[in-house]
Amino acid sequence: MNSRRLPPALPVLTLLAMLGPVVAGLWGTLLPAFGHLPAAGLTGPSLDPFVELFDWAGLPRAAMLSVTTGLGATAVSLLIVTLITAGWSGTRAFRLLERMLSPLLSVPHAAAAFGLAFLIAPSGWLARLVSPDLTGWERPLDLLIVQDTWGLTMTAGLIAKEVPFLLLITLAALGQTDASRSLAIAQALGYGRLTGWLKTVFPRVYAQIRPPIYVVLAYSMSVVDVAVILGPNTPPTLSVQIVKLMSDPDLAMRLEGAAGALLQLSLVIGALVVWRLGEVAIGALGRRWIAAGHRGRLDPVIRQTALGLGMISALTIFLGIAVLAIWSFAGYWGFPDAFPDQLTFRNWLRHGPGTLEALGETALIAVTVSLVALILTIGCLEAEYRYGLPVTQRGIWLLYLPLLVPQTAFLPGLQTLMLQVGANEGRLPVMLAHLVFVLPYVFLSLADPFRAWDVRMGTVAAALRASPNGVLWRVRLPMLLGPILTALAVGMAVSVGQYLATLLIGGGRVETLTTEAVALSSGGDRRAIGVYGLMQTGAALVPFTLALLIPALVWRNRRGLWRG
Amino acid sequence: MDKGLSLRNVVISKDGASLVSVHHDIAPGDVLTIMGPSGVGKSTLLAFITGTLAPAFDAQGTVCIDGQDITHAPPHRRRVGILFQDDLLFPHLSVGANLAFGLRPGGAQSTRLEKINNALDEIGLSGFADRDPATLSGGQKARVALMRMLLSEPCGLLLDEPFSRLDAALRAQVRDMVFERARARLLPVLMVTHDAEDAQAAGGQIITLA
Repeated sequence: MNSRRLPPALPVLTLLAMLGPVVAGLWGTLLPAFGHLPAAGLTGPSLDPFVELFDWAGLPRAAMLSVTTGLGATAVSLLIVTLITAGWSGTRAFRLLERMLSPLLSVPHAAAAFGLAFLIAPSGWLARLVSPDLTGWERPLDLLIVQDTWGLTMTAGLIAKEVPFLLLITLAALGQTDASRSLAIAQALGYGRLTGWLKTVFPRVYAQIRPPIYVVLAYSMSVVDVAVILGPNTPPTLSVQIVKLMSDPDLAMRLEGAAGALLQLSLVIGALVVWRLGEVAIGALGRRWIAAGHRGRLDPVIRQTALGLGMISALTIFLGIAVLAIWSFAGYWGFPDAFPDQLTFRNWLRHGPGTLEALGETALIAVTVSLVALILTIGCLEAEYRYGLPVTQRGIWLLYLPLLVPQTAFLPGLQTLMLQVGANEGRLPVMLAHLVFVLPYVFLSLADPFRAWDVRMGTVAAALRASPNGVLWRVRLPMLLGPILTALAVGMAVSVGQYLATLLIGGGRVETLTTEAVALSSGGDRRAIGVYGLMQTGAALVPFTLALLIPALVWRNRRGLWRG
Repeated sequence: MDKGLSLRNVVISKDGASLVSVHHDIAPGDVLTIMGPSGVGKSTLLAFITGTLAPAFDAQGTVCIDGQDITHAPPHRRRVGILFQDDLLFPHLSVGANLAFGLRPGGAQSTRLEKINNALDEIGLSGFADRDPATLSGGQKARVALMRMLLSEPCGLLLDEPFSRLDAALRAQVRDMVFERARARLLPVLMVTHDAEDAQAAGGQIITLA
């Protein structure tokens, strides 16, 4: 109806940037999986790649590991988050957890995984702290804790990282449910706090956090960096095996890799179906439980347990980073000493130049990708505002779609496709691949504050003769400086943490802190890993800190914009 | 008629049900008050006039300001000022910058500065140019919001429950100031409110919606 100048091209571009690589990648996986790879002189269709894949003796175990670690990590982290929120939301302990959320979230998966490994390995920090006084161990036990055959440590590492993510999502959903009044009524009817919350609030919250839970499931089943660091080796998880095949100099191995990628995709789809059926079953049981009217006599016990588990999961990450820091400065550190004999800068001097180079690459990619994602996001949200587009549940699922397709299913295909069209592997394709993962998170981070902005401000500004672009640039964006910088920081943290996209699409030639750190894992040089892991964490954490500091500084004389 | 704000056969409906229908000319310096309980669509009428009606509503009829049809004009070209019950001062701008936002562009920096200082003098807030609007009292904020709107030299004025957030003592004072300035500048005023006292104080015709 009005001449509104912002081009609606941005939403279309955003969808293309988010879904284009996923669709192209799946296509690029499908063809070689059925024996069609002209670049290697092979034309299909044939089922040979699948035959070879199924001939691999490790396959049943690798596939099962993918399913058990994924389902286990998702279920346990959801359970912890649900019980903590049920038992503690609104209390002081809960606010403490909330405050730890941002730093916990920004720690990259790889750094958290290394931290966990350095903590709980037989020669890890925990063993050192209690040995030999309590245990009598003079040398590390010969026990396979890290990289255990069942993938338990890997599952634990995933849980530690997914708990803060799910808690964040739950908090956002909680804001949109009338939780406190429902809980007050339930408690007035004699229900315990935890049981009352589960029976009245949880169903509403769950309906809202369902998409991110599916993302966690798909991610946990197909994660590569955490699996390389913490997961079993003989055989590895299916995703790790796919990456091995895709990195083989023999192009023919890519066919088997592509077949594996399709299998991975179907496993994830199968697991999502199982999860959905589980939802139905638990829903039915839950309704009976609600109807039975139990007030929750075990509440206090469960409540304390949940808080304990949540604290352990948070502590794991913080202590993990602490032990990475110690190792990065460690001189000689023999078992079972709790601390190194001396602290030294030697490790930093030795690995510093290498990390700085990787840091430059990491920062260049992260900043570029996050800025592009931010521009696209603001374009979408502003178009939504100017054209009065409705926000639908379907639109939200679209946003989560690129995160639901397992990385190991479409990234190998994207790499193969690039190979076929002769595109150069390098920084630019890596950036485009990062954008697929960064965009949804930047969008999800900015969407709520952007939409919550009082549109009457826009009406007033327009009545003062400010054009739509004038309103955007002179009023809306400055007012949203804080959330915008936070969204940028989220995007940068996601980009910094990307392993597979960098490795595969960069053809091994784009070296970021994450690819370098994960590459070190096989060598077992704890000092080098400490340096790289700490740098990786810093690269993700610094933007978050700036996102807090800059608005506080810029708006120090504008009390109306102080947050929280 | 040429001057003033005219609503001709305006009907706003949602899902086929009519919410508001108005056919009225407001002469320069006159006030039309539309009264009714909240939720009957008073504010949608103002949204229609400012050009910010949500797509869920259907609107028919025309809006003219000083004889010019603005029904389909973009919001920033309508020359209609609006005050809400909240002051809606831009929190990221100083008091002076808020006024400068309203002031029409052009003119030397020094002239603009002078105009802003004069405006501050006029509302009894001399020397407040660099203040953070969040540090002002409710009455001071209301005065800045009014002055910001007047500096944009609108041809008509819309009031959306403008005094309902102010406490009783302040209320009459701010109300008198708004109507006085509007009359002095010969602005046609359309006010929606649920408050009978505000409607009486406006001194113009009152349309009551059920």
